[in-house]
Amino acid sequence: MIDDNRLLDIRNLQVWYRVYGGYLKVLDGVNFHIDKGEKVGLVGETGCGKTTTMKAVLRVLPDRDTKIPGGEIRFQGEDILKMSGPELQRVRSQGIAMIFQDPTAALNPVFTIGQQIGDVIRFSLASRKSRRLEKTTIKSTAMQALKEVSLPDQERMLGNYPIQLSGGMRQRVCISMAITTPRQLLIADEPGTSLDVTIQDQILRLLRELVEKRGTSIILITHSLGVAREMTDRIYVMYAGSMVEVAQSADLFERPLHPYTLGLLGSVPKITGGGITKGIPGRIPDYLHPPSGCRFHPRCPQVLPECSAEKPSFFDLGNGHQVACFLYKRAQCRRQS
Amino acid sequence: MPQTILEIDQLKKYFHIGKNKRGAIFVRAVDGVSFTVDAGETFGLVGESGSGKSTLAYTVIGMYKPTAGQILYRGQSLGVEAGRRPLALKKELQIVFQDPGSSLNPRQTIRQILEVPLRLHRRELKKSELEQTVIELLQKVELSPDYMYKSPPSIGGGEKQMVGIARALAPNPSLILLDEPTSALDVSVQAKIISKLIELQAELNLTYLFITHDLSLMRNVATRIAIMYLGKICELASASEFFQHPMHPYTQMLLSSVPVVTADEERMKPKRVRSTGEIPSPVNIPPGCSFHSRCSEKSRPCTVDDPGFIEVSPGHLVRCHQFPTDTSAVFDEREILHRQEPGPVPFIAPLVDPFSGLVEGRTSDE
Amino acid sequence: MIADRNHRLPPQPSAAPGTPSAWHRFAEQWKKNWFKFSHNRLSVIGLVIVLLVILLAIFAPWVTPYPAHAGAYVDYDNASLSPSALHWLGTDIFGRDILTRIIFSFRGALVMAIVVLAISVPPGVILGLMAGYFKGSWVDTTIMRLTDVFLAMPPLILALAVASVLEPNLMNAMIAVTLMWWPWYTRLVYGMASSLRNEYFVIAAELTGTSKFHILFREILPNCLSPVFTKMALDVGWVILIGASLSFVGLGEQPPTPALGQMVADGAKYMPDLWWMTIFPALAIVLIIFGFNLTGDGVRDMLETRMG
Repeated sequence: MIDDNRLLDIRNLQVWYRVYGGYLKVLDGVNFHIDKGEKVGLVGETGCGKTTTMKAVLRVLPDRDTKIPGGEIRFQGEDILKMSGPELQRVRSQGIAMIFQDPTAALNPVFTIGQQIGDVIRFSLASRKSRRLEKTTIKSTAMQALKEVSLPDQERMLGNYPIQLSGGMRQRVCISMAITTPRQLLIADEPGTSLDVTIQDQILRLLRELVEKRGTSIILITHSLGVAREMTDRIYVMYAGSMVEVAQSADLFERPLHPYTLGLLGSVPKITGGGITKGIPGRIPDYLHPPSGCRFHPRCPQVLPECSAEKPSFFDLGNGHQVACFLYKRAQCRRQS
Repeated sequence: MPQTILEIDQLKKYFHIGKNKRGAIFVRAVDGVSFTVDAGETFGLVGESGSGKSTLAYTVIGMYKPTAGQILYRGQSLGVEAGRRPLALKKELQIVFQDPGSSLNPRQTIRQILEVPLRLHRRELKKSELEQTVIELLQKVELSPDYMYKSPPSIGGGEKQMVGIARALAPNPSLILLDEPTSALDVSVQAKIISKLIELQAELNLTYLFITHDLSLMRNVATRIAIMYLGKICELASASEFFQHPMHPYTQMLLSSVPVVTADEERMKPKRVRSTGEIPSPVNIPPGCSFHSRCSEKSRPCTVDDPGFIEVSPGHLVRCHQFPTDTSAVFDEREILHRQEPGPVPFIAPLVDPFSGLVEGRTSDE
Repeated sequence: MIADRNHRLPPQPSAAPGTPSAWHRFAEQWKKNWFKFSHNRLSVIGLVIVLLVILLAIFAPWVTPYPAHAGAYVDYDNASLSPSALHWLGTDIFGRDILTRIIFSFRGALVMAIVVLAISVPPGVILGLMAGYFKGSWVDTTIMRLTDVFLAMPPLILALAVASVLEPNLMNAMIAVTLMWWPWYTRLVYGMASSLRNEYFVIAAELTGTSKFHILFREILPNCLSPVFTKMALDVGWVILIGASLSFVGLGEQPPTPALGQMVADGAKYMPDLWWMTIFPALAIVLIIFGFNLTGDGVRDMLETRMG
């Protein structure tokens, strides 16, 4: 049954990397979906696999040494993992756009902004024939894109090189490259993380305006719960290769359920004071020999015997709030009965 | 009676980056900063890039020689670079750097990294005791002894930073400068490190000069906070005062951009000020108050005079024209400018980007 | 297919917990090194070639069919024989077995490579370290201008000049090549040292007050060594080639000691009729360089390190 509204549907995705000693089993059954017009946040710490997941969606994982033992990634019903070259190219140029974390690394220092945006515009069109666009068309499309991201003096900007711009401006240029053609899905990987907090605030507000205006869906990857809270409708919390909790944003902060989510929220310092907790004991698991059952169980303050035996799937608690934790198994049963 | 351990008096650090028709061009990274730090407290410095907070720390620790002003450590002047300071003084002041990845030599083992300060500053230790001391240091930061043989690339960011802290603790210092120690780390790792730092402070009677751009972290770490913008302090107050009654427009702007996770915090944030504009280049600082180009409360005197420090309530200083000037409480600025000759010193030489005057090299941390 | 080559793997905890012994750590490290080296099959092939050459050179008198032919030996009855079962690569105009002489010539070639690198690399590296760390000072200027002078001289001509002023023999050929080899290492290390001196771990060491010696040799040098080792592995092939060029014009090993270039030169006169006299020594040169180049690639893969 294909749900028309479901833009991206990742089911049980597994990704392994080959290293000395075996395989790093990074993604362990990722389940994720986003519908048209939604703003979804993907929150997780370093090494949890969020970037790997998004790279899998665009199929830019290193080909050698990467194994995808299972799962599917359906974009508008079609499985990306099974797509051919031209189909994939169409998805990358017209369906999904990614805004990378570090704008300085994402822009080529020896080409002007105009050349780079121009390249994106030209190559994102479907057939070879239309690639020979008029220079003026490309230029005006580029200027329009720059205008959308509130960059002043667009004509002059096209002639600038990335090094002449500040971090915030580079990030805006990257965003403009992602919106030159209408896309269904934007994936923003930690936007503004490398920038000052006031500039980050501006960038995030810009992103929100843009997606709301165009009805584009956006997946916002971040390690900051605060950013996710301000920017998204729904949030996934990810740990060690799978999603542990998903809820409507307001719901997640009012009623955080998974022990990892609780640990994470507790670790965030609050401007109202209250001191600093000791964080979450332990470290992220060794993907070479991951823990059995629930990957969080060695660090969990509320661990149960079944946690090491079996990996919990999502238990549904209503209103889109799902938790992958045996503590809530009964709550789901109660709800269902 | 709290004892003053560090006194900064009108400190200036300018970087000479060339000449134009009107004379020499300077980057005024630190432009007249004064404050004192008491023993045992945690003094916080907040600011964004270009504010000068890192340059200030680097000048205190001895990477740079001050252009003007004084740094006094327990009364002793620190106005020279680290190379010229007595060893006993170097032992007392230590620094923990921001990026754990590059502050540890990737080709050494942790044991070798920790032995360097031990060999230098704790000469009384015999060879046999060295290993034991390394293990003790590791234990202080909750790392097991087998970390001795690991090398930085194989351990995580949080652990690397713990090693950096252990390295700073090795010579038994009194004052530790922490330059954004957890900015590159995840929030749960940050919590672990910060709580450990707070424990260590009590246990070892340490004083911290803590630098970060993260206001929510600062709230829970610092006793007093100073906020810097383009080389000058805009506001200085105790931590609670700073957050409950922020006075300077820049403080309010920063506070309103902080992403928060609870409704209580939302209510606490100042609503009115939305951040606009970007930080001007530290080469072309506008005359008058350096913040006026982004300020929503701008008025005529702001473009002309630099406001002095005004004490709006005990211990709470603000540099802003909005507040009535009580002449007895204004701190006057003494202008002592030593012309800095560009010299062939191995580790300074900032490079200038020809397009925009942005400074790279070590000052690019700002 | 598009692939993200900057892809970062999650941090992998290193070997088993518990304090491992020094031998265990050593063994683990080399197991990992082999894993990286052998990732590319060509590097392994190169290593096999290199090991073969080395072993043949060491055990030449015992593995060659006609060891006496490597010295003063003449047998006009068997001269200029084409390759056959008795003489796999044929014989030269004096009746000497070419295969044997090629294998014996490996000795001189390898000795030259080892000696040249052993003598030219350490000073080159040290000079580069000092120039790079003290960049901007007179130390830097002096060293780098000196380096420029040596680099500006055409290498082969310099070697020829030196070798012809001194008596032509292996030793003097080595001196000649050494003189032109060290500047490349200085340049290589200079670039690395001058950027490394701005790294925070170096600054931390400076601030703490360690000696300059410590900073140069314990902090900076270990981080410069990977490209140096890689270059050394690749250079063996090149030194052998230069040595062959010198012996080609008669400025290396003197007859009757066999040398690859010399054999190519001698045989060249008889091309194309007695083709085996030139072709096989030339192929041997190609094989050696090929082997060392591939090995060098493997060494580079092995030593690649991610900073932090």
